[in-house]
Amino acid sequence: MLGFTLRRILISVPTILVIITLAFFMMRVAPGGPFDLERPMSEEIRQNILAAYGMDQPVWKQYLDYLGGLARFDLGPSLKFRDKSVASLIAEGFPISATVGLLAISLALVVGTILGSAAALRQNGATDYAVMGIATVGIVIPPFVMGPILALVFGLYFGLLPSGGLDPLRGMTPDRLVLPVVTLALPQIAIITRLMRASMIEVIRSNYIRTARAKGLSARAVLSRHAFKSAILPIVSYLGPAAAALLTGSIVIEQVFQLPGIGRQFVQAALQRDYTVVMGVVILYASLIVILNLVADLLYASLNPKVKYD
Amino acid sequence: MVSTSTPREKAVFIEQASIQGRSLWDDARTRLLRNKAAVIGLFILGALVLLAFLGPLLWIHEADVIYRDRVQLAPTFEHGHVFGTDAQGRDLFARTLVGLRMSLMVGVVATMVSLAIGVVWGAVAGFIGGRVDQVMMRLVDVLYSIPFIFFVIILMVVFGRNIILIFVAIGAVEWLTMARIVRGQTIALKGMEFVEAAHAAGVSRAAIIRRHIVPNVLGPVIVYVTLTIPVVILAESFLSFLGLGVQEPLTSLGNLISNGARDMEIAPWTLIAPAATMMLTLFCFNFLGDGLRDAIDPRDR
Repeated sequence: MLGFTLRRILISVPTILVIITLAFFMMRVAPGGPFDLERPMSEEIRQNILAAYGMDQPVWKQYLDYLGGLARFDLGPSLKFRDKSVASLIAEGFPISATVGLLAISLALVVGTILGSAAALRQNGATDYAVMGIATVGIVIPPFVMGPILALVFGLYFGLLPSGGLDPLRGMTPDRLVLPVVTLALPQIAIITRLMRASMIEVIRSNYIRTARAKGLSARAVLSRHAFKSAILPIVSYLGPAAAALLTGSIVIEQVFQLPGIGRQFVQAALQRDYTVVMGVVILYASLIVILNLVADLLYASLNPKVKYD
Repeated sequence: MVSTSTPREKAVFIEQASIQGRSLWDDARTRLLRNKAAVIGLFILGALVLLAFLGPLLWIHEADVIYRDRVQLAPTFEHGHVFGTDAQGRDLFARTLVGLRMSLMVGVVATMVSLAIGVVWGAVAGFIGGRVDQVMMRLVDVLYSIPFIFFVIILMVVFGRNIILIFVAIGAVEWLTMARIVRGQTIALKGMEFVEAAHAAGVSRAAIIRRHIVPNVLGPVIVYVTLTIPVVILAESFLSFLGLGVQEPLTSLGNLISNGARDMEIAPWTLIAPAATMMLTLFCFNFLGDGLRDAIDPRDR
């Protein structure tokens, strides 16, 4: 187990390095720097600004400096918000994104496994068809269509929930999180439902489940004690890709519902060519995805007795 | 007759004999036509493609003509604005068709880019094998765990939002699975008995590739292409929604949805029309793709 964990971590480190390097050099080849204003500035001022941001150094030196900064969680200054560092911007937005993301994945896991199991236990029945029909719709409707529609229906037509933004005084209140979390969770609910249904159907047909039934366990005990444990495995291995999908989705969700999370900061920084912020957020996102993949892999290995650690 | 023929004639004979039998493709077609969802999907998709490419030429309104007196008109048959008009007073039906055409074009072109990269990468890795294969596929593994949509966004920011770049960037992101599929097929086919048998029967190398290798690699590739196009359409819409995709005066479904989402409080049809069009398109591609997979890859059934 220890060897397996170490090897898995060893693969993750170069991946993150590749991401950082890619992001860094893509930003450096960008034509038109962030300080190109409509009004040309004098050469002297230009040199001073470049020096202040360390951009007068050779590229390799800048790269090493950036890596060194990263090790201290220093992502450099924002190029647009003169008084803020990238790290402080991320620190402002991250709690919001993380809350929405965690709630969404929890919701998706709970609803998805329940719906999927229900469909599997009534395979080819009305419940099954209804659940799978809804799941297909959930996959085809992207969040950037679902979000506005939900905001329109629940926020405007029924007036049940606020359609966007945070509470000006209390920030993240439950009623303002409902729509973003549901919108973000829906595609994942659809996918997890399908995965759960397929694996549950396979599991309940297996020999050990029949044995458990034959020795007199109740249907409930068989499901909770035996079937669920192995049926959940494909869901665990899906957690990595799910994390990636959630992070990508959060960009849209925060845009649609006007939540000041890092997804929204990312888009705004991208549109304003605030390179250091874009880079910081990309590196954060990518590292999160790599780390969550790692966690999902380790979790899977520890849950599945079939996995050998060599 | 066979006993006196040269190897070359034998090869021709074998080829003709296999044509008389039911080929892989005959079987696949029969299975596909039996799948109602796939046939309906194909039919609607055909109609959508025709509409997208011929519609803008034939429709009574141009997509970029502004009717100042008809801003945000609800869908009506008066003046023929069947989908209504947008915030600038442009006919939404015409715009939806033009947007659909752009989305379909991005979908197909970017998928072709991913096809080209993926097939070459996978085939080379599969044919050469050994250490080269290991290195090439390990690289694919590493790239898999990178959230590429972010890099597409960076590309858009860095190089400005031009349409060629969208084609290439999205295509360059989606090739990984294609490479894996092609590599797997290539390795499997290399050692197949029927390939050796054809070789032993004197079929030329070119004919083996044409008649045995290509059709067998083609099946999964076609299936994957059909399933990649909707993914690419979604990716482009995602970019356009964020304001990083196709730019005015060009438009795509994602662009229209983005504008519609902004105006939905007063003019919900500006969101509903392009969103429904896109969902219909995605549904059709998915049904067709699933149908093709069942038809071409009999192992799955």
